[in-house]
Amino acid sequence: MRFGVVVFPGSNCDADAYYAIRDVLRQPVEYIWHQEDNLHGVDCVILPGGFSYGDYLRCGAIARFSPVMQAVEKFAGQGGLVLGICNGFQILCEAHLLPGALVRNEGLRFVCKHVYLRVENTETPFTNRCLRGEVLRIPVAHGEGRYVCDRETLQELQANDQIIFRYCDSTGALTKESNPNGSLANIAGIANERFNVMGMMPHPERACEPLLGSEDGLKIFESIVHSALAVAR
Amino acid sequence: MPRVRVLVTLKPTLLDAQGRTVQEALHALGYQNVNQVRIGKVIEMDIADETQPIEAQVREMCDRLLANPVTELYEIEVLE
Repeated sequence: MRFGVVVFPGSNCDADAYYAIRDVLRQPVEYIWHQEDNLHGVDCVILPGGFSYGDYLRCGAIARFSPVMQAVEKFAGQGGLVLGICNGFQILCEAHLLPGALVRNEGLRFVCKHVYLRVENTETPFTNRCLRGEVLRIPVAHGEGRYVCDRETLQELQANDQIIFRYCDSTGALTKESNPNGSLANIAGIANERFNVMGMMPHPERACEPLLGSEDGLKIFESIVHSALAVAR
Repeated sequence: MPRVRVLVTLKPTLLDAQGRTVQEALHALGYQNVNQVRIGKVIEMDIADETQPIEAQVREMCDRLLANPVTELYEIEVLE
């Protein structure tokens, strides 16, 4: 399983993702610069967190038109695995690879803390090593992470089980207090209809070792590797 | 060369957290009669190519890049 971590000007979680994959997950990984128009034949593309192109205009709006994103769109269209984390989630929404948008946090503050996520769907390449309803503890760090979409889109997301993670409390209850940014329906992560593209605001790469206070994020990367093995069989 | 101004605003159905906070600050300054503060952005540009209708060109720019149709509305004003 070969991973590629895309680097935009302003990405700042690229090295964390690279480290988590190479040193903790022990899988081959390489950086892919934003001006490249091919993905080096990797099996999974990670769009990391950060402030691509300074977050100018809207988060992810400029990154969406970079050469590498044209390649990512093609890759996703062919069923390739794409995981967008934080800014990567914003870019996937701007690129229309995922529905909806991420806007300014309800409380206006940049929120940087560990949160609890409930796994809503485990039949995906990103969550097959989790249990349905399992509560993961993973940090968020964003100022614009409030997920919004229109009513029809929300109904489709629910009907198709495309909501993958919701903010919850430590017992798994979906409460207003556990929602760090005012996201619609406590949404923290969603997938596309084919489940090969997922975006999430929390940072699994920052929760892969006991030293970091949680290893729960590793389950997401392990799921990706496991899904590739399942396909290979 | 025509100058164009694009006004981008959050859809009215969306909570404007910035607008709400500015409104609270205005109330704190004593302007109690202020309500429904909404914040948007203004993008101005010169457009040299007049072979196509300017408004249509700018509309395309808005749909592709300048505004996000999921969350925002836009208005185009051609300044002479």
